[in-house]
Amino acid sequence: MAIISVAPGTQLRCAHCGEDCPDHKILLGDKPFCCEGCKLVYELLNENDLCDYYTLNSNPGQSQRLPVRKDKFAFLDDQNIRQQLIHFHDDTQTHVTFYIPHIHCSSCLWLLENLHRLDSGVQRVTVNFAKKEALIIFRQQETSLRHIAETLTSIGYEPYISLKDLGREKPRIQRDLIYRLGVAGFCFANIMLLSFPEYFSQYGYADVKMNHVFRWLNLTLSLPVFFYSAQVFFRSAWGGLKSGFLNIDLPIVLAIIVTFVRSLTDVFTDTGAGYFDSMTGIVFFMLIGRVLQDKTYQGLSFDRDYTAYFPIAVSVLKNGQEVPTALPDIRINDTLLIHHQELIPADGILVKGNAIIDYSFVTGEAVPVHKTAGEIVYAGGKQLEGNIEILSIKEVAQSYLTSLWNRQELRTPQEEQPSFIHLLSRYFTWVVLAIAIITATYWWAHDPARIWPAVTAVLIIACPCALLLASTFTNGHILRILSRRRLYLRNAAAIERLADIDHIVFDKTGTLTGKAAASISYHGMPLTMEKLRAIGSLAAQSTHPLSKMIVAFCGKDDNLPIRNFRSVQASGISGWAQYYFIQLGNAAFTETTKTISTDGSTVYISIDGRQTGYFIVRHHYREGVVALLEHLQKKYALSLLSGDNDAESNYLQKVMGPAATLRFTQQPADKLGYILSLQKQGQRVLMIGDGLNDAGALKQSDIGISLTENSNNFTPASDGILEADQLTQLPRFIRTCKNNKRIIVITFIISLLYNFIGLFFAVQGILSPLTAAILMPASSISIVLLTYGLSEWMGRP
Amino acid sequence: MSVIMILLGASLLVAIFFLAAFIWSVKNGQFEDDFSPAHRILFEVKPAETTCKSGHACTNKNCKSRICKP
Repeated sequence: MAIISVAPGTQLRCAHCGEDCPDHKILLGDKPFCCEGCKLVYELLNENDLCDYYTLNSNPGQSQRLPVRKDKFAFLDDQNIRQQLIHFHDDTQTHVTFYIPHIHCSSCLWLLENLHRLDSGVQRVTVNFAKKEALIIFRQQETSLRHIAETLTSIGYEPYISLKDLGREKPRIQRDLIYRLGVAGFCFANIMLLSFPEYFSQYGYADVKMNHVFRWLNLTLSLPVFFYSAQVFFRSAWGGLKSGFLNIDLPIVLAIIVTFVRSLTDVFTDTGAGYFDSMTGIVFFMLIGRVLQDKTYQGLSFDRDYTAYFPIAVSVLKNGQEVPTALPDIRINDTLLIHHQELIPADGILVKGNAIIDYSFVTGEAVPVHKTAGEIVYAGGKQLEGNIEILSIKEVAQSYLTSLWNRQELRTPQEEQPSFIHLLSRYFTWVVLAIAIITATYWWAHDPARIWPAVTAVLIIACPCALLLASTFTNGHILRILSRRRLYLRNAAAIERLADIDHIVFDKTGTLTGKAAASISYHGMPLTMEKLRAIGSLAAQSTHPLSKMIVAFCGKDDNLPIRNFRSVQASGISGWAQYYFIQLGNAAFTETTKTISTDGSTVYISIDGRQTGYFIVRHHYREGVVALLEHLQKKYALSLLSGDNDAESNYLQKVMGPAATLRFTQQPADKLGYILSLQKQGQRVLMIGDGLNDAGALKQSDIGISLTENSNNFTPASDGILEADQLTQLPRFIRTCKNNKRIIVITFIISLLYNFIGLFFAVQGILSPLTAAILMPASSISIVLLTYGLSEWMGRP
Repeated sequence: MSVIMILLGASLLVAIFFLAAFIWSVKNGQFEDDFSPAHRILFEVKPAETTCKSGHACTNKNCKSRICKP
């Protein structure tokens, strides 16, 4: 096909959404638009004097090419559904929060917060940009929830309302750690300040009375840290102990308690100032590490199950009337009306309409399937053209797709592999205890009075807090480096698991191939324009997806008479187009003798009984994927699980190497089973997928990464979300995660040096508060700086 | 030395005030969305329309009418 090349810059861009405008111009004044929808939004905003929207940012809108069904939000009139969405209402006003995926710039913010100018019933809109949510407060006497949703849709900000929103409390944000950190910081800083006179007491700056006051003040200030801030560590250590696992928090808790008790006795017996500054400092720094490591990405969700994809309500036909019904209320034998581009919520029998269902969501099969009345359609499919009616045969919660989530393997939480940090700290603890015992026996023989100060000092100084600091800070920083490259991991444990993988499993559709259209090419005898049009006109009679691509390729002539059109299921079509008898289909149907093996779906053509050639339909692989696969196969075992047919298997085998396992026509359950069987062989599996069909496998694998075209899109539950164009960076991501461990070990060795210096004083029983006060922050800060520098250096481009 | 005691008390009070302010600001959600408030403050609030629908320039600020005569 001839490609019309366009010199860059000459193409008109839509004033609303910035997409290329078609040739036939849609203009309003001097502003070009790509579609009527965009123009409509512009007109609406212009009428209401809201055109600042376009001056704040250029082309802030979303393309309106796909019109939204008029009564899509009719279900919001239903009292029950509405009740579950709103979170507050009284006699005059109602509060509701909508999730609006399109929120992306300051224009969005401005327009949404000026919504009252479009709908006077709206009192106030507050946008939470990070969460892409808008809190809308409105007077229910003057407007309705449905009207607001429709107004939002009409300006291109369609709220996304899914089954997940139904009657479920949103998780509260965990601010607990921040409060603890604040308190620890406050106490630490003040104790440090009040300890200064003590540090210099040896140099004649002491005032006995003042020192006394300072000590008691320090003691008071350390109480909130010990009893409130440090609780996090106590709880985690106790939890580990109860389940018989010695984690890193245990020696830390031990050190905190010993420091606290030693300091208390020092102050009570008036023998010293104690180590309150060191103790609060340790807690403060370790809390910072925790906060950094646990920082979450608010805009992303790692826990989506099918409810986040399903609509909240569907139209049920009752006595010829459309009744919007919440999904859990659908019963067996209800007639559901599925509109154009809607998801089928429950398994059912097709009763009426022409069903062309895109199951790529569920099975990964790229080509939509055509179903006729009487056939069973499964939940999760998306109806592509026109409306259909189905008779439900199962309730939503029992559908095939839903049952996938209720499988035993996925419900039982997987045993978390303990991090190597904990194992390292265990050895460390034993060594420290040994040193403490040796010190004790030594002083018992020489000077029993020094046992207590020496042993406590050993335990204080040898606290593995440097190890914990090194790991939390490094983890937090590596997470940030990865997120800069647009790989968002769920938590720090995922870094270690990603570093340890030895088998990578890919999904095909949507992962290796882009979501963009497939390419079609013609091979064979040259065709005249007339014949090409004839083929296109014949193919236009069929709704098969391949036919549609052929029409798009050949073009069609509506005036061309088509006679004796015949369509044979799963074989092909034939008919007379003007003077030509054309057959399109597989080799058997077109009586082709010379079959060829290609890396795509093949459609053979015969005109007047003569074979003229064939079309090859290929899915585009993402750019750089071939190089990526060739690179990866050197280090890792590779597998491919595809819901699609094996048309491209030869090509993929060549690219992925002879050792790779390729499996086609895999159901979601098969994918999950395959991952399980790999794990039984002791392999650590990384699964990369994108659709709901991979959800089970993503969850079961040691680490599952879901691919998304942009982070606004929906991704199934996984340990990480990766933006699709960064897929080729995968080896680098794995390398970064491996460096994570290296950095922790290096900083740990350095922190051991500090420990040895401290131990030198400690075993002699001469650890002064000043030495401790210098060693502790110096080691902590240098470790933080070191982890930062090393991870930046190792993660450099 | 008693002056140091007073200073000590005062400095602790100030520090506690800031701790309280910090906890309040976290509770208030001020650290959750760092985009919206920064941009919201830059939006101009345009003065109310000074021209009526009829297109006549209007000088009477208290006029509520949308269609007035010059």
